[in-house]
Amino acid sequence: MNIVVCVKQIPDPADPGALDPETKTLKRDVKLILDESDSYGVEMALQLAGDEGTVSLVSMAPNSEVGGLRTALAMGAESAVLVSDDALKGSDALTTAKVLAAAIAKSSPDLVIAATESSDGYTGTVPEQIAALMDLPSVTFAKEIALDGGTAKVKRQTESGYDSVECPLPCLVSVTAGVVEPRYPSFKGIMAAKAKPVEEVTVADLGLDAGSVGWAGAGQEIVSIEDAPAREAGEVIEDEGDAHERIVAFLDELKVL
Amino acid sequence: MTEYRAPLRDIRHVLSSIVDIDDLGQHFGGLDLDTSMGILEEAGRFIVDQVAPLNRVGDTVGSVLNDDGTVTTPPGFAEAYKAFVEAGWGGIGFPEEYGGGAMPGTMGIAVQEMLTSASMGFSLCPLLTQGAIDMLLHHGSEQQRETYLAKMISGQWSGTMNLTEPDAGSDVGALRTKAVKADDGTYRITGTKIYITFGEHDMAENIVHLVLARTPDAPPGTKGISCFIVPKFILDADGNPGVRNDAKVVSIEHKLGIHASPTCVMAFGEEDGAVGYLIGEENQGMRYMFTMMNNARLSVGLEGLCISERAFQQAYQYATERVQGRTVGAEKGSSNAIIDHPDVRRMLLTMRAQIDAMRAICYYDSAAVDRSLVGDNEADRQAAADLAQLLTPITKGWCTDVGCEVTSTAIQIYGGMGYVEETGVAQHFRDARIAPIYEGTNGIQALDLVMRKLPMNGGAVIGGYLADMAKTTTALQSAGGELAAIGASLESAVATLTEATTWLGENGMADPVQAMAGATPYLEMMGIVTGGWLLGRSALAAQAAIDAGTDDPSFFEAKIGSAAFFAAHLLPRAAGLLAAVTAGRDVLFRLDADQLAS
Ligand SMILES: Cc1cc2nc3c(=O)[nH]c(=O)nc-3n(C[C@H](O)[C@H](O)[C@H](O)COP(=O)(O)OP(=O)(O)OC[C@H]3O[C@@H](n4cnc5c(N)ncnc54)[C@H](O)[C@@H]3O)c2cc1C
Repeated sequence: MNIVVCVKQIPDPADPGALDPETKTLKRDVKLILDESDSYGVEMALQLAGDEGTVSLVSMAPNSEVGGLRTALAMGAESAVLVSDDALKGSDALTTAKVLAAAIAKSSPDLVIAATESSDGYTGTVPEQIAALMDLPSVTFAKEIALDGGTAKVKRQTESGYDSVECPLPCLVSVTAGVVEPRYPSFKGIMAAKAKPVEEVTVADLGLDAGSVGWAGAGQEIVSIEDAPAREAGEVIEDEGDAHERIVAFLDELKVL
Repeated sequence: MTEYRAPLRDIRHVLSSIVDIDDLGQHFGGLDLDTSMGILEEAGRFIVDQVAPLNRVGDTVGSVLNDDGTVTTPPGFAEAYKAFVEAGWGGIGFPEEYGGGAMPGTMGIAVQEMLTSASMGFSLCPLLTQGAIDMLLHHGSEQQRETYLAKMISGQWSGTMNLTEPDAGSDVGALRTKAVKADDGTYRITGTKIYITFGEHDMAENIVHLVLARTPDAPPGTKGISCFIVPKFILDADGNPGVRNDAKVVSIEHKLGIHASPTCVMAFGEEDGAVGYLIGEENQGMRYMFTMMNNARLSVGLEGLCISERAFQQAYQYATERVQGRTVGAEKGSSNAIIDHPDVRRMLLTMRAQIDAMRAICYYDSAAVDRSLVGDNEADRQAAADLAQLLTPITKGWCTDVGCEVTSTAIQIYGGMGYVEETGVAQHFRDARIAPIYEGTNGIQALDLVMRKLPMNGGAVIGGYLADMAKTTTALQSAGGELAAIGASLESAVATLTEATTWLGENGMADPVQAMAGATPYLEMMGIVTGGWLLGRSALAAQAAIDAGTDDPSFFEAKIGSAAFFAAHLLPRAAGLLAAVTAGRDVLFRLDADQLAS
């Protein structure tokens, strides 16, 4: 079983980064860490691979960043491919998917795992784009994955419960955050991770044309950026005997009942 | 209540400016600052997520003794301990041979700092285990090391240190626990030990008690003490925990703080005598204790830092949120966060600067211990060992006293809410209060400093130490500006310390009680000046980082600010202590014991 996990390396959310007013994108020249959203996929992959399978990582990040990859390697992944190239600055979601697909294809995996969405960009489209580009079936919102011969049996989270779906391998599954307890890297895992191979490749290495990626290849343009509107003050319901009714009415209005 | 945040930038700064980890790391497979921090970041993440949230329940529920003689630790502790063991954080400073991480002890100290801030009660289990490991590493037979160390270094088995008895506290030599040799060469131990930290608990598979006892014809006092391994479960032929040994907890204490840590009265040999295995030779137990004392005392000194850091984080948060009173110049009718009041600033900065100073002292001490083991040549190793000897009572005594002061100040910043248990800030004050008492009371530390450490090598060790301080003074003064002002304050404090040291040397020689009388104010003075000195070095390093175009100038400016505050407000306290150091015995004994009461 050969599993590839797509992992994003993002600015530490505890130490929030800034937007670059010129490019209107997040500044990524700070130290990057493993996106927590991806730690669930790494954990699932490690559990699925067990002792026999292999888990490798694919990441696209600027400045040869490996901080987040090292964390995932310390958790137990065996190797990583990092795509880092100045030409990739300004890449949109589809370009990112093209680049990752090309990097993933190198190892012909049985299973590709990605997060549902990243915690800094939230586009939530890259995994399905990768699947389409690689001509793989894809299953979204997985809360559980089991492998049975050449089939992936996936429980897909839905609003009311979950769907059980089956999908032939190879396939791509995107995993919902919070569905497993990601392991903490052990001290030995951290030390071992230092010796694990991280292959750094460029756009050219992947056989892509520099003109088709980055700003040049972007099919999307960020027109303007604005601060999120401040949260409006909530409604305070004073109990005059009818508070429960008013709360029910309020929830009804939100269509959560 | 605020969550604990691992102070990784501060740790990085001391590893770089005080420890010189890149240099020390050459003896540890080329370990450098970035690699060190990569490791500590992961340790910090684990500790912040898994241990820090337990601090409160550790206090409110505490450890409980059950009717069947077992002890249940607070909810969540056993699980967190298991995860701690699996992650391998307890053993990183120990040799690879026994499954340790082969890192410098200083890296172990950095992990321990975060663990202790997260929950001091929790941290005591690994802490006592470390003491027992140190003892076995240095003095255990090969067979004993093979039998116990791997499991203790991993943390699967914990350790305890059994010194104290009802009539033997500071005076360990008065202990009475008996050890009688059996025909098979093992010993039978009988006696009662009190205040035994983690003497019984449910977090580890076995507990390796190290017990000080006396053989039948041992000489009196410290010269007649032997040290024994008394496992809770005697190991079977395969080395696994087997038959229950005759070593049991009788009761656990109700304490001011560290409720999570069970403090046990232990009964050895209520039935046929607990089976014990002699470490090394008979009557050498006290000598063996001394080899592990530097580490153990450093670890307790570190507690002063750790609890202060946690209390500071909480008090800082409160000071930014609590709105009360109007500052000078603010709009009429408006109110300010209390952090804007000059006196609250003073309190916060006093905490901040003392925390920086304590961290510098603890890590400096730890690096000296490391270099005493791995230094390039015998002379370097000896110099580092001497420095560690000198620093031990300073670290233990000063940092734990300051820990009480800082945690008290945290309560002060909260005002009434600090005195109410609800906010959790009072817990830090209660937890911190033990540290000046155990592992040699601070009174004993002061005596150790004045009577044992100052005379080392005919005064050459303290002489070299004062000379090192003078070098920093010169460097600060030639750097100009704010740094020169720090240098000027340090220069006068070093002069005071030198004067006090000379007085103790001259008068203590003729009458030791003269020196003993001034020992505690001297220890305080020594702590203050050492703190101010190392903060001077920290400020020089911070300025160098700024000059080199660091991408985090605000952090380094804050380090200079902290040193400047220490120089302005705290270093001058040294001068006020001189009179007390040199007052001599007569003023203490002018009143006899009866007059003292009237
Ligand atoms: C929570 C807790 C955990 C502990 N854990 C352990 C443990 O795991 N293992 C263990 O063996 N012990 C442990 N101890 C015991 C601790 O180390 C002793 O309490 C400490 O050594 C002081 O001894 P004592 O309580 O008998 O005080 P005493 O020795 O009676 O001291 C009382 C006072 O007299 C002063 N004094 C005594 N002798 C002198 C002297 N010669 N010169 C100047 N002043 C002196 C002391 O400084 C102190 O102020 C623990 C204690 C507590 C409270």
